[in-house]
Amino acid sequence: MRGRARRWASVTLVRHLTVAVLGVVAVTFVLTAVSDFRAIQLTEMAYLGTAAAGLTVLTGLNGQISLGHGALMALGAYTTALLLPDREASTPLLLVVLLAVLVTVAAGVVVGVAAARLHGPYLAGATLALAVAVPGIALHFESRLGGEQGLPVAPPEVPGWALDAGYFLTGEDPTRTKFIAYVAWLTLIVTFLLLANLSRSRVGRRWRAVRDDEVAAELAGIDLARARVSAFVVSAAAAGAGGAMLALAVRLAAPGSFTLVLSLTLLTAVVLGGLGSLTGALLGAGLLTFLPQVVTDVGTDAGLSDIQAAQLSPLVYGVVMVVVVLLAPRGLMGTVHDLVVRRRRPAPPPPPDSPHPPSRAGAVSTTTKGTTP
Amino acid sequence: MQLLNTALGGLTLGMVYAAFALALVMIWRSTRIVNFAQAPMAMMTTFIALSVIEAGHSYWLGFAAALVSGVVLGAVLERVVVRPVEGGSDINAVILTLGLFVVLHALAGVIFGNRFRSFPAPFGVRGFEVGDRTIGLTGFGVFTILVVLVVMALLVALFRFTDLGLRMRAAAFDQEVARLLGVRVGRMLTLGWALASLVGSLSGLLIAGGNLVHPAYMDSVVVFGFVAAVLGGLDSPTGAVVGGLLLGLSLSFVSGYVGSQLVPLAALGVLMLVLLLRPGGLMGQAPTRRV
Repeated sequence: MRGRARRWASVTLVRHLTVAVLGVVAVTFVLTAVSDFRAIQLTEMAYLGTAAAGLTVLTGLNGQISLGHGALMALGAYTTALLLPDREASTPLLLVVLLAVLVTVAAGVVVGVAAARLHGPYLAGATLALAVAVPGIALHFESRLGGEQGLPVAPPEVPGWALDAGYFLTGEDPTRTKFIAYVAWLTLIVTFLLLANLSRSRVGRRWRAVRDDEVAAELAGIDLARARVSAFVVSAAAAGAGGAMLALAVRLAAPGSFTLVLSLTLLTAVVLGGLGSLTGALLGAGLLTFLPQVVTDVGTDAGLSDIQAAQLSPLVYGVVMVVVVLLAPRGLMGTVHDLVVRRRRPAPPPPPDSPHPPSRAGAVSTTTKGTTP
Repeated sequence: MQLLNTALGGLTLGMVYAAFALALVMIWRSTRIVNFAQAPMAMMTTFIALSVIEAGHSYWLGFAAALVSGVVLGAVLERVVVRPVEGGSDINAVILTLGLFVVLHALAGVIFGNRFRSFPAPFGVRGFEVGDRTIGLTGFGVFTILVVLVVMALLVALFRFTDLGLRMRAAAFDQEVARLLGVRVGRMLTLGWALASLVGSLSGLLIAGGNLVHPAYMDSVVVFGFVAAVLGGLDSPTGAVVGGLLLGLSLSFVSGYVGSQLVPLAALGVLMLVLLLRPGGLMGQAPTRRV
């Protein structure tokens, strides 16, 4: 029995690792092929995706909502900026990212302990206050944190081995922009791998149990508070990693990057993709990165001024958010998944005299809701 | 002297937060939804008022236009968008109101532009002079306090002494029973949202008076309003008013003596203290655990 269980666990791990390796290969192919401009956009997609993955685990698997993930990203970004103030700073990149994550985790513990006692709208309001409050700290401690202008981030030189590897693959040295793009995507893949494994493990099952029924979970011996706090901390760690990548990509940590809009944007990505789905989070991040350009172009063609057209993409996100909640509460990935399942297994027509037609849709949605693909 | 001025400023601000918190509480009582879109709704109606005023009409016509459009906006949003998620999961309702938040924000940017515009005030925005000193109470501040008090009195009268108010309270208290007794619950909920939106619009106008408006100018107010509402107990209208005043005063002191950038952080601190020490708020009953 034990051996069998262990074998199954290893199969999940093997499957996730295979996907991760395929992901690395695909990212390498894409990033070598695209221009520097596209690489910048893809970096944005990667850091949004990393933070959104954390949020989707929190909201989808544990049922806690956070509007404060933008503030947690700010912590990661400011830590990165403080560690990489100029060219001479020799902190290794890996250490910088780990420290950024560590600082965010510490904050995540504090917020998570408070959040674990709150429900739905209370939690939303408290994290909303967090999102609005954190940029003010940077403004108040202007001498240390740079105030409105923010702190510059000096991205490290491309290390020798990366130059060699890049030259080996493409015949030319990778630029610093490309290198940061690789780092961001590698961070995304590692984060996804860890989150996917975690959500399939005992920890993930506890999170889901707490989400679905607190009383049942408590009767089953699950410590509710510990499950909630651990979900928040893991989620905060992902946001911190995303924030560190943002700082490296933008080369600046400034309060203007971490407005309420960023937190709401992350939530949009998560809702778009479907709560609890990591693939959905990546899809949402991709839409958030590439949609604005398309929509803005459409707007300018339709005769709007540039400033007006720039507001069109948030308009689209907002409308999509409302429509998704009203029509497809399980998000894009969830809806596609349902369609596929329905096509594969057509529901048997209910017998004409049956007094209670079986409610298939309901059953499917409760069993598949929130599982990571 | 600074102490008095800070307190007077806090009192004025507290009245506005109280009005905004009252709008949140009205919606929470009837539909169990915290309307995070309240801030951009008020922002939209303030911009409508500004358009009316800039078209050459009087301040008061703009004022009335904002309140009327607030009523319409609240009723339409409740009936069309919010009704389907009422009684559903908490998270869906929160996401929906945040979606509305984003939509209204962007719409305001498209329609009214994204720059700061100054909003007129019907009364002086310079402090009264007592002897040879200027105190921190302005003509507009007095107007603010009076208007909020009048609106609160009207709301109390509506809910306490009229048949309509009784029906609205019944619908909020127990939909099923109210429906059995012949109350048109759906209509009462729409009306509740419309009234709350009117109060929200009023607080938007009062904050805008003599200040700059911008699509995001109400964003921090939704946080302060929420904190005020939770401080008083999300279920209690009296609590919302008390919470609003307390929060206005304390934030005014933080702003005056510590630093205005830390005001949202102080609000977060107040919220955390209340939620950890007395989750039911100052005036609310302790929430009974649903099992």
